[in-house]
Amino acid sequence: MVVCHLVKKQTYFDSVTLMLIGSQVKKLDGIKNAVVGMCTDYNIDSLKRLDMYRPDFDGLTPNDLIICIMGNDKTTAEAGIAEVEKRLNSRKQAGGGNAELPPSTQEEAARRLPGANVVLISVPGEYAAREAELALNQGRHVMLFSDNVSIEEELKLKTLGSSKELLVMGPDCGTAIINGTPLAFSNAVRRGDIGLVAASGTGLQEVTSTIHRLGCGISQAIGVGGRDLSEKIGGRMTIMATRALAEDPATRVIVLISKPPAASVLKPLFAEFKNIKKSVVVYFIGADPKIIEEQGFVAARNLEDAAIQACNLSSGGKHKPEMSDAEIATLAGKHKVPAGNLRSLYSGGTLCDEAQRVLQPILGEVSSNTPVKGCLEMADVYKSTGHCIIDLGDDNFTRGKAHPMIDPDYRSERMHQELSDASVGIICFDVVLGYGSHPDMAGEMVAAIRRGQKSSGKKPILAACICGTTDDPQGYQQQKSQLEEAGVVVFPTNVAMVKFAQHCLERK
Amino acid sequence: MLIDIQEANAKALSAIQAAQPVIKGIDTALAVVPGMNKNLILHAGPPITWEKMSGPLKGAVIGGMIYEGLAASPAEAEKMAAAGKVQFAPWHEHDGVGPMAGVATASMPVWIIENKTNGRRTFCTLNEGLGKVLRYGAFSQEVIDRLKWMEATLGPVLKAALELAPEINMKNLIAQALQMGDEVHNRNKAGTSLLIRELAPAILKTTFPQADKVRVLEFLHSNDHFFLNLSMPAAKAMLQAAEWVEGSTIVTTMARNGTEFGIRVAGLKDRWFTAPAAIVKGLLFPGFEEKDCNPDIGDSAITETCGLGGFSMAAAPAIVKFVGGTVSDAMNFTRKMYEITDGESQSFQIPNMDFRGAPTGINILKVCEKNILPQINTGIAHKDAGVGQVGAGLVNPPMKCFEDALEAYVEKYCQN
Amino acid sequence: MSRLAEFFGQKIKVINLGIPGFAEDLKKQGIENIHTEWRPPAGGNKKIQALLARVDAWQSQVKAAKGAR
Repeated sequence: MVVCHLVKKQTYFDSVTLMLIGSQVKKLDGIKNAVVGMCTDYNIDSLKRLDMYRPDFDGLTPNDLIICIMGNDKTTAEAGIAEVEKRLNSRKQAGGGNAELPPSTQEEAARRLPGANVVLISVPGEYAAREAELALNQGRHVMLFSDNVSIEEELKLKTLGSSKELLVMGPDCGTAIINGTPLAFSNAVRRGDIGLVAASGTGLQEVTSTIHRLGCGISQAIGVGGRDLSEKIGGRMTIMATRALAEDPATRVIVLISKPPAASVLKPLFAEFKNIKKSVVVYFIGADPKIIEEQGFVAARNLEDAAIQACNLSSGGKHKPEMSDAEIATLAGKHKVPAGNLRSLYSGGTLCDEAQRVLQPILGEVSSNTPVKGCLEMADVYKSTGHCIIDLGDDNFTRGKAHPMIDPDYRSERMHQELSDASVGIICFDVVLGYGSHPDMAGEMVAAIRRGQKSSGKKPILAACICGTTDDPQGYQQQKSQLEEAGVVVFPTNVAMVKFAQHCLERK
Repeated sequence: MLIDIQEANAKALSAIQAAQPVIKGIDTALAVVPGMNKNLILHAGPPITWEKMSGPLKGAVIGGMIYEGLAASPAEAEKMAAAGKVQFAPWHEHDGVGPMAGVATASMPVWIIENKTNGRRTFCTLNEGLGKVLRYGAFSQEVIDRLKWMEATLGPVLKAALELAPEINMKNLIAQALQMGDEVHNRNKAGTSLLIRELAPAILKTTFPQADKVRVLEFLHSNDHFFLNLSMPAAKAMLQAAEWVEGSTIVTTMARNGTEFGIRVAGLKDRWFTAPAAIVKGLLFPGFEEKDCNPDIGDSAITETCGLGGFSMAAAPAIVKFVGGTVSDAMNFTRKMYEITDGESQSFQIPNMDFRGAPTGINILKVCEKNILPQINTGIAHKDAGVGQVGAGLVNPPMKCFEDALEAYVEKYCQN
Repeated sequence: MSRLAEFFGQKIKVINLGIPGFAEDLKKQGIENIHTEWRPPAGGNKKIQALLARVDAWQSQVKAAKGAR
């Protein structure tokens, strides 16, 4: 093995771009490892761990770019470096030619785009709060995609935001549809009269997509970040956003999706809801629906149900799940179930959560890297034993790598691994469409499945749910057919897929 | 302290914008440069001792001492310099500037530039041309002879001509040169031509012998960079107007002595912030290699400090091969400089950027925060005395200069 | 009507800081936006960041004091 490297001082690229290029180049023949990144402590540690560190890297700073490739021989490694450079350059030139240099700061960007009213922040967490504060001080709403923002910073930002009636969506907020425009990881959803507030990104994607497929539409989908309803933050954004939706003439139905709020937040939240003269649907993931119903609000049982209840209130009709329980049971009956374990490979955290809650009571022993109450913590997240429901978007899989909704690499590898495990009877996974997501996740998954089946010969049942709409850029139908051609049973919602798995596993 | 940095910088910038540098005349350094004396040798860049001087600066000091009659031979000059028998001081501390080694002694004729707005003056020697010249550290007889001719003939002829010519406003001349493809640091062809146009009739009107007048005109004609020694003190006069505005974070000096790079900041009176000078990356003339290059040298970065030179690279497409090869590279250099400057020149406009004003007023806070360094394009001196220019290219000041200045600024002003 | 509810009726105009793909997606949708080639302040140098933060804090004090007068 030969290691070649190239250092570009004072050259900055965002980590997602670099990680994607790194993982693409790693796939080339003869290349064993590729580290393409800014010289952050983390990347330096990675280089050391991979035995790719060289003494002349001492003194490099997070503002220096390093391209380090381990290959079978020098020519291959050098070709790898050249490929990385080519890809980096093609990115740079995208703005190219005689175009004005892109601004390097928010202030400069604001100067060039007068009237900007939203700032979408996905810079490293340690810098995110500063940018958010600047945005709020200049009167702009903030979507904070960045994670690693402390709860103290969050409180400060949300206090500032609520004093100015500006949205602070996040931190760690992946999904929002504001004034009809999907931001970051969001689907192309029809406009309508359902306004949503959610402390869960994929939860919001699942509910809004389902609403669209059921024929209804949304006014706003506001992400507030997973900690908004914690004791410390006190639901500041949730309350501000619901208040505004209550006033918004375009909104008739309000939906709230969140983990159960802190006890101290629940009371003021319900008090707030009671002032609203519109219908309110609440889904507290994993909480007893009674606490909601007792207060006189509509409680949803799961994400799909939240969408159905909202649509019923919106259009007055009687909406049904896209796939009925009977259909799911019949479909399960058609499959000869090989005895074995369940393996679920999720890219969406809330979907993983939802699956565990449904299946654990039935299967008994279920392990996860993000276990909900009753589930077991996986001893080794990289190796499945027994029934496993895994969130591949969780921190332990995404350190130094892009999220599995963008980068299918690890999930493909894991798919191969699960297919090679003789104890496996059924594999479930999600395909999340929409802006931000991979352009062809179904294609990537199908390729991984074909590779895995070729080498193992065993054929467990494969099931997928597609979170998306027919208006999403990936093409809903095209994604669906690819999966079906590869023998994957495709479901419109996660809950439908989970029920299918339940039927299959109960019959064994 | 109740200082609003924005206001302080606006004040500094408006002083720069309001400056009206004109050519006041020519005289010997001893007669006009404040604090000049027979034993004083002025040089480019921040203060430096003989021991630390690089090849070209040492050579120029030797040449200057022989020219001035302070030493009879190079060996004697070296001995005297090492023994502290002559004094050294930066040109910048005597209201002047010098290209490359920048050496000036008492008898040399100097341009006098006056800022009509505040009445203050700046100075610079007359440009000697290319090849074996003092500013690159050459001190052979040929060099001394030329300097003597400049003292005896060139200076007096031009001085007389200036008295007969209409007043020459340097800001207007630089503005015109920018529109004719100069950035007045690495390209001075247009500026030199314009200057000859201004001076030629007056030179003819002087009463000097015809042969002298012809030689003076031929000398001007043979040297594309003659204008540099005027664009530099003009830039200096403009920046001097911003010295020393309390609380301002605008850079008023960037200068190199061949060993160290130094900057000064409007709100930090008289203080130099220095760090080792970098090697210029660029295009070398045939036969030279990177190991021949001296570290960055000269006061000519005063042009960049004033928004010219590398900051106005977009105005000089003819020399883009020095800076990466394409016109859009040159334009991007200029665009980038808007990010670290507080204003745009009201006088110096860049034609192919829709006549946008040159980026002016380098703010150390912006340099530090954005981690973008000023872009200087400059000539490269051979590291050995007297070889001359070996190429031209790009260089940045060391970040440490700006970081140290920031630290000093915080110490001086921030009481929180 | 609250300011936020009023905002719901407007078209959004976005400044994107970080992942370039988010700006590209907005562009595809015809939403006015500007992508920023954001880089860590002071090149990630913590000492310089701290000095700059001190200047900022001091300037906020100055502005507040001037406003009070």
